[in-house]
Amino acid sequence: MPYRDLPDDFEQRYESVWVTPPNAELCDSARVAQYYKWNLDELELADKLGFDGLGVNEHHQNAYGFMASPNLMAAALARRTPNNSAILVLGDTLALYTPALRVAEEFAMLDCMTDGRLAAGFPVGTSMDVNRCYGITPTETRPRFNEAHDLIMKAWTQPGPFPFNGRFNKLRYVNPWPQPLQKPHPPVWLAGGGSVETWEMAVNNDYTYNYLSFFGYQYAKKLMGGFWDTVSRLGADDNPYRAGFAQQICVAETDAQAEKDYLEHVTYFFKKCLHIPPYFFETPGYRTRRSAEFAMQTNRPGDIAQIASLEKNWKTLVDHGFIIAGSPDTVADRLIEACKGLRVGNLIALLQIGSMGHELTKKNLTLFAEGVMPKIKGLWADEGWEHRWWPQGARQEVPRPPAPEVIGR
Amino acid sequence: MTAPFEEIVELQGGKWKSRVLSAGEGDPVVFLHGEGGLSWDPFLEGVAEGHRVIAPEHLGSGTSQGLEHLQDGLDLVLYYCELFDVLGLPAASLIGHSFGGMVAAEIAAINPERVPKLVLLAPLGLWRDDHPIPDISTITSKKLPRMLFADPDGPAAAALSTPDAGDPEALFQAAMAMASILQFIWPLPDKGLSRRLYRVKAETLVVWGRQDQLVDPVYGEEFAAAIGNARLEVVDDSGHLPQIEQRAKVLSLVDDFLG
Repeated sequence: MPYRDLPDDFEQRYESVWVTPPNAELCDSARVAQYYKWNLDELELADKLGFDGLGVNEHHQNAYGFMASPNLMAAALARRTPNNSAILVLGDTLALYTPALRVAEEFAMLDCMTDGRLAAGFPVGTSMDVNRCYGITPTETRPRFNEAHDLIMKAWTQPGPFPFNGRFNKLRYVNPWPQPLQKPHPPVWLAGGGSVETWEMAVNNDYTYNYLSFFGYQYAKKLMGGFWDTVSRLGADDNPYRAGFAQQICVAETDAQAEKDYLEHVTYFFKKCLHIPPYFFETPGYRTRRSAEFAMQTNRPGDIAQIASLEKNWKTLVDHGFIIAGSPDTVADRLIEACKGLRVGNLIALLQIGSMGHELTKKNLTLFAEGVMPKIKGLWADEGWEHRWWPQGARQEVPRPPAPEVIGR
Repeated sequence: MTAPFEEIVELQGGKWKSRVLSAGEGDPVVFLHGEGGLSWDPFLEGVAEGHRVIAPEHLGSGTSQGLEHLQDGLDLVLYYCELFDVLGLPAASLIGHSFGGMVAAEIAAINPERVPKLVLLAPLGLWRDDHPIPDISTITSKKLPRMLFADPDGPAAAALSTPDAGDPEALFQAAMAMASILQFIWPLPDKGLSRRLYRVKAETLVVWGRQDQLVDPVYGEEFAAAIGNARLEVVDDSGHLPQIEQRAKVLSLVDDFLG
């Protein structure tokens, strides 16, 4: 959910879109108020259009996403999504909350308020959010995340009250009211950027792993390959619903129309919304020694430098898969190729990009729902897997998009 | 320059492995390095002409490992007390630069009888809202000479070594070393030292470069005022590394002070 009014020379004049873009100088609260409402309207429309789930996430001090509390957005959606979409909070950045009991409580509230439609996302969070904006010591990022996870799962599954003696969370009485409606707990969706520890945690605890990146499916292959290698090494099955992947998507009537409609807004995204200096991205200590070594061995800094050096014109963005764009048929074909190639059963479709306005976003959502979704829904049906990570209260088998008059009642 | 003696000291059954450089004869002086890491430079060579210099490497950088067993500054101080015991140093004067100066001051405050004399070279450890210390993790190698030196084009700046941007292994090692220091100064380098400085009993010499852009010389006055028996020397034509940029001057101050 980006701020769409950054100055033309933003990336020349300012250090970063994240952490330090000066709020009093650049951020008009009246515009922000408009964007929050548009965002909620768009998510409510997606529920009506038959999307399986609606996603919200958390960022701080960030002109490309200022949903500081995804739980507030999810609470607003809880009451206005009659088509029973799953509510995917992807998620609460666990390391930021001490005691992390707060996350256990708010997720339990959301689960009750949505009648069991919550998927509980546990991201480690970016270095910008965790270390820079919230001041968490970089080498404590992973220990705090792990401990918060342990506390939340215990609070959800063990009868209280009980004491919890962690390093960062010391509690005499853990006894949250309420506990989640879903038993034993809402499905946990991990969200990450390629740390070895997160892959292992997903497999060992039977959670989904969602790779969140803005660089598209071609660059995701190496990382998702690492995840599936971990799945195989630890002896789990290769159920594609274990994995999710975020992709920016632009749908129009024709391939040519897509470029006309979206180029300006996508360019805004890649030029301004990713304007982040490397020293913010990877604060030393944010990754563990092991994950930093893995990133070095797999040449991730080299890949990122290569991505950064590309001229982001329409052809490059499409050819390199940063965006999947075109007519509904084109988009469906490429999404099938991407999802099959990465073996992901959960596609997180990013349909509002950069400076896209409300009307264009609604068009994108509608064309995607009507022209693309029917073609990709049954993608893994022939393998016969069960989606064991879908919220119990959400629609399971998604019907055809209901007629608008039915929804309007 | 003669090569120092190098050893890996294992503590607590191998929980900590600490690389220690030493050279010289005479009264022991321990040197705690700053953010640039441990290197046997001409300043240490100079101090070793009149003293036995012992220079341990901060854990988590290079071959010195076991950082995961330290959670906070107190753990770090107690680790150093253990290391000094194993090295046979019940008491030794301390010299610390920048982050190492902060650690040296902490040791002298928490365990004053160990430290007869204390030299602080532009130490971290205090905070003033009117003179905020820059976030060192955002200083690129291009900006570094201007931040560190009074003369960014001088010989001291030219001798500064930074990791090769095209060498992933070197960048990885530099990031690990930086992480090991950030662990004790994040997000701001004020961890309560100001509440403890009254406990420093050592005779103390505080040295600051007049053109220090990283930690303003005003902090020198704060340290000198908070420590009972301290003297501040502000060195002209020097930035944050006075012992490098004005080596002769600082060596003479330190030699005179240590005796």
